[in-house]
Amino acid sequence: MIEISSLSKVYAEATVVDEVSMVVAGGSITAIVGTSGSGKSTLLRMINRLVEPTRGRVVINGRDAATVPGHLLRREIGYAIQGHGLFPHRTVAENIATVPRLLGWQAARTRARVEELLRIFQLEPAEYGAKFPHQLSGGQQQRVGVARALAAEPRVLLMDEPFGALDPIIRGQAQDDLRDIQRRFGTTVVLVTHDIDEAFRLGDHVGVMSRGRLLQYDRPAMLLTHPADPFVSRLTGTADRALKLLSLTTAAQAMEPGAAAGDGPAVAATDSLRDVLAQLLWSGAAAATVRRPDGSAAGQVTLAGILARGRSD
Amino acid sequence: MPRPATLLRLAALALLLAFLIVPQRFAPLFVPFTEYGAPPIYDQGSLPMLALAHLGTVFAATAVSAIVAIGLGILVTRAGGAEFLPLSRTLVNIGQTFPPVAVLAIAVPLVGFGELPTLIALFAYGLLPIFENTLSGLQSCPPAVVEAADGMGMSPRQRLLAVELPLAMPLILEGVRLSLVVNVGTATIGSTVAAKGLGEVIIAGLLSNNTAFILQGGLVTGLMAILLYELMGTVERRILRATHLA
Ligand SMILES: Nc1ncnc2c1ncn2[C@@H]1O[C@H](COP(=O)(O)OP(=O)(O)OP(=O)(O)O)[C@@H](O)[C@H]1O
Ligand SMILES: [Mg+2]
Repeated sequence: MIEISSLSKVYAEATVVDEVSMVVAGGSITAIVGTSGSGKSTLLRMINRLVEPTRGRVVINGRDAATVPGHLLRREIGYAIQGHGLFPHRTVAENIATVPRLLGWQAARTRARVEELLRIFQLEPAEYGAKFPHQLSGGQQQRVGVARALAAEPRVLLMDEPFGALDPIIRGQAQDDLRDIQRRFGTTVVLVTHDIDEAFRLGDHVGVMSRGRLLQYDRPAMLLTHPADPFVSRLTGTADRALKLLSLTTAAQAMEPGAAAGDGPAVAATDSLRDVLAQLLWSGAAAATVRRPDGSAAGQVTLAGILARGRSD
Repeated sequence: MPRPATLLRLAALALLLAFLIVPQRFAPLFVPFTEYGAPPIYDQGSLPMLALAHLGTVFAATAVSAIVAIGLGILVTRAGGAEFLPLSRTLVNIGQTFPPVAVLAIAVPLVGFGELPTLIALFAYGLLPIFENTLSGLQSCPPAVVEAADGMGMSPRQRLLAVELPLAMPLILEGVRLSLVVNVGTATIGSTVAAKGLGEVIIAGLLSNNTAFILQGGLVTGLMAILLYELMGTVERRILRATHLA
């Protein structure tokens, strides 16, 4: 858990982060969105004290971050950035081993952890461990960057536009990987992004920043249905917000008892209502059957049920 | 089959060694440059000893230049040292623009004749390339890499030693190489203040109007500079390969 209270950063005249308070629940993903220069990176860097706050407090898992020397604090917190920042003169394995080495882990433990992470990120240790960053593709470099951030099993992971440089397909894959890994390790993630879709896709909570202020910090659906500020609705986009809302709800959440008629498509409980709707439109059916992994019917999602959820109220 | 460049280097090395060890064999070549039966080959001291002394002075001066220039380069790129950048740059530039002969003239009354004034002149003259290259090397570390080093929890010292210096190393070595080579030539002036070196041969030639001596001093100095340049290049490549930067 990260508790941020009245955090500000002032440079000369400019207040870059202005009295930001928020609580990031342990084991959740928080996405911070906002326009360029709104203070997202500065806020993120004050959490691990790459930037020293001018005022305010950051408490991480019960301990005031200001009470620990900055570089020691940072060894406990994962940090991944746009353009990955891999050390070009070190191999992939050495890059990932950076923090474990700083922490003085035994060589065997470090090696085991590096191999585990390489496997998790679908990089065969024997093939990739000894390569240098410039020998990898952009997507692979980015994965190594995240693996390096996770190497010492941090409970908190900070990410500054980690997927910004990736093409859309690789980016989608990287987002899915992050979700999986975050669930697997129960890591608390704060992620800065320009991309509102990425924020909605990944964030359990989304914070919207503008000119140094945190305008709203809430569940994604609340940002759509109850925007606290005109800027929030502008940023989230009003034209397709019904569809955005549907994409935040799973079939399981909208499931009704019964099974669809024979021509209804089959969907999974984890599919979003947006995807279910698309399938219904395509097949012309009025309801879809929600199937369990074993193929048995768990219930149905009806067109009427989806439409009711996309309405504003 | 070695490459032509390698053959050329070996030829230069062979020529230098041959001339230092058995200079009399080259006498016929130099006779046309002498007058009134003057000796065609330098005979007032041992050429190998002079060459060694010359190299020793150059290496010593460049080593001190490197320590000071790299140290300054590191200092002015640290958070607290940026304010010293203009001052350091000015000092180092003066070291290069102030003629070494003038440095000798000033140094002799203070420290006396011999090696020391020469070392001082070469030291000052060699600072600039090393300092500027250290600076660009450290400043051109990709910002994302430096930020990652901080973000991983490296202390400033760990970041410098493990990330910044290794990445700046190619440029720093290039600066040292430049200083070294330039100083091989410049060191000849040391002989005007009684430092042991190949300048003695040239000065002896000037004093006795013997063009052969002047040519010999120039030839040996030039060959040493070329060979040193090549040698440093090889050392650089070795180091860079060992640190995976090439
Ligand atoms: N060291 C600094 N000194 C002065 N101003 C700074 C400094 N660092 C950042 N700023 C200013 O603070 C503001 C916020 O910067 P920040 O990097 O936090 O924005 P951001 O929301 O991350 O933007 P982007 O989306 O472009 O990355 C900017 O106007 C920037 O110019
Ligand atoms: Mg930013």
